Amino acid sequence: MHADPKGVLTGVHFLDGDHACCEGTLAAGARFSAGYPITPSTEVVERFAWRIPTVGGIFIQMEDELAASIAIQGAVWGGAKAFTVTSGPGFSLMMEHIGYAAMTETPCVFVNVQRGGPSTGLPTLPAQADMMQARWGSHGDYAIIALCPNSPQECFDLTIQGFNLSEEFRVPVMMMLDECVGHMTEKVVIPEADQIEVTPRRYTKLPPEEFHLFEPREDLVPDMVKAGDGYRFHVTGLTHDERGYPSMNVETQDVQVRRLQDKLKPLANGRALCETENLDDAEVVVVSYGITSRVAQRAIQLARAQGIRAGKFRLISAWPFPEQRISDLAGRVKAFVVPEINLGQMVHEVARAAAGRAAVIPVSHAGGSVHNPDAILKAIVEAAR
Amino acid sequence: MNQVTLEIPYEIPVDAHNPVEPFLRMDRMPHIWCPGCGIGTTVNCFTRALLDSKANLDKVAVVSGIGCTGRVAGYANLDSFHTTHGRALPFATGLKLANPELQVVVYSGDGDLFAIGGNHFIHAARRNMDLKVICVNNLTYAMTGGQTAPTTPDHVISATSPYGVFEPSFNLVALAEAAGASYVARWTTYHVKQLSRSMEEVLSKKGFCFIEVLSPCPTLYQRRNKMGDGLDAMKFYKQVSKIRHGAPTSECALTKSGEIVVGKFVDRDRPDYLELLRGQMTESLGDRYAEPEVSCSC
Ligand SMILES: Cc1ncc(C[n+]2csc(CCOP(=O)(O)OP(=O)(O)O)c2C)c(N)n1
Ligand code: SF4
Ligand SMILES: [Mg+2]
Repeated sequence: MHADPKGVLTGVHFLDGDHACCEGTLAAGARFSAGYPITPSTEVVERFAWRIPTVGGIFIQMEDELAASIAIQGAVWGGAKAFTVTSGPGFSLMMEHIGYAAMTETPCVFVNVQRGGPSTGLPTLPAQADMMQARWGSHGDYAIIALCPNSPQECFDLTIQGFNLSEEFRVPVMMMLDECVGHMTEKVVIPEADQIEVTPRRYTKLPPEEFHLFEPREDLVPDMVKAGDGYRFHVTGLTHDERGYPSMNVETQDVQVRRLQDKLKPLANGRALCETENLDDAEVVVVSYGITSRVAQRAIQLARAQGIRAGKFRLISAWPFPEQRISDLAGRVKAFVVPEINLGQMVHEVARAAAGRAAVIPVSHAGGSVHNPDAILKAIVEAAR
Repeated sequence: MNQVTLEIPYEIPVDAHNPVEPFLRMDRMPHIWCPGCGIGTTVNCFTRALLDSKANLDKVAVVSGIGCTGRVAGYANLDSFHTTHGRALPFATGLKLANPELQVVVYSGDGDLFAIGGNHFIHAARRNMDLKVICVNNLTYAMTGGQTAPTTPDHVISATSPYGVFEPSFNLVALAEAAGASYVARWTTYHVKQLSRSMEEVLSKKGFCFIEVLSPCPTLYQRRNKMGDGLDAMKFYKQVSKIRHGAPTSECALTKSGEIVVGKFVDRDRPDYLELLRGQMTESLGDRYAEPEVSCSC
């Protein structure tokens, strides 16, 4: 279905990534947000607080991130599309509720504008060091989707896509911005509402007596209901059976927890979101994401100018990791160069998928700025040698 | 001991089931609560309040945190949410704001609402969020084995205070009033009639309403403190409780074996969160303000 025009600010704008992300939430149909201020992400909800009263929805500033990250889930079960926004320490506080959303299959969006860590770290400076936390930060086995925009335009576009994916798969989606992308201002084109595809929540068509809240369809994703419609349903973070009732046994745990992972497999394979360039003849492939992909672009150009056959692989959906794509490439390239603003996170996934068939070279950075393109170039040159 | 009789305001057909059955998920029985536990009594009172209030049950939701009391959500035959430890109130806040026609009841334990969730409690009360909070206060963390809670009175022996509690405890009704609750009452599981009536009353009262129910945990609290079983708890409640409606909440602190002041302490009208939001937005934005339509067809 198309976006509701009430939330769509059609036109050509000059926006920073945080504000563009906010416009994405509105275009996607989000009418509820709960947040707690933290740099460098607060601008997303500041704009939402400014825009939402004339669109028709609610922003509430909660008492902490624990509250914000569960209030959005209450809103979702009340029928809303909802999101929260945070950075650094706030993301750490939200971990329990990312697990709750995964376990209860609550579609919702967490925007994390990454800053330097650990702890309070570098509040106003960029990092990409929450990538593993986004995937593994809550306890237990589960799976999530994480998207990494590299421009304000993508902050808009991918936020809509993030909401759509969260509805399709009933999972929490992490929007993994970084301080640079969040605070850089560029042209953002917002199309007409009828040009924007929005995935509606898949509400069941079954009557209450036939409906089971966690009975999966063929695609392993169950249909939803919302409170107040007479279904008298039960939601729990405990391991539960298809009726949603707690069920403390090994069999239910096995079925349930495996399904939480398996339902996302299509995104790890055919439907992985990535941007590639010059892969056909590439001997060295630079795998990057977010702001680092723009620095890598420069390094790849410089390498090509020197006659090195460098290619680009940009992760747009970092989670699920596009394992198959990297594995296919590993058979025919010499090396992967993986720059990221952390001391080595996604590089381990690349190495796992490459499985020894190509060299994997990290270009780490402890955070606080972006890479110098020369650092990436140097790694490409060495890899090609 | 005096028999507690309940007046049932409807006719019971001869072949009737337990009249509260329609309110419970009978396919989940037997429940997990111990013999003599007070939580079931509070649920009984709650179902009677629902019955008497003639509420549309499709529009009543129960939100619980984690604990023995947290299991109430799982047994109520309503839209029900068993959330995370301490976070029932912020979950309920989102649910209510997305779908204001719901009557949202938060049903949880003293540890859940006042230790890990204490911050959420004072803020939900401050906002006068239209939520009805029922706190089963068994003066301990029961689910995890009877450890010290912020409500455990002085000198009580608990799993983590083997030599006796010495840190001061919260007076929940005073805390609720100070934080801004519109309605504050306290009963014990001995006062089933009054408790049902209070529950019924809050179902038609706007704003943040708080009912504390003192409830025995014979398995962990009573046993460790040589206070007998569930029946002994009833005798104790009967003996030491005193109904004082309107009593200043500051005078209602609890001790291990002293007087328990019960009654309705606060019943006041304050605009609730959504009324305040609408008022402010209309004042600032006039016609440009759009009524929230949070729950959308998309
Ligand atoms: C984050 C977190 N910390 C700790 C626990 C363990 N835990 C479960 S219930 C509980 C205490 C419950 O006490 P109360 O709310 O008084 O409920 P009761 O069991 O007494 O009814 C604790 C500490 C948990 N589930 N989650
Ligand atoms: S442990 Fe205590 S509170 Fe929990 S069910 Fe048993 S008696 Fe009730
Ligand atoms: Mg307790």
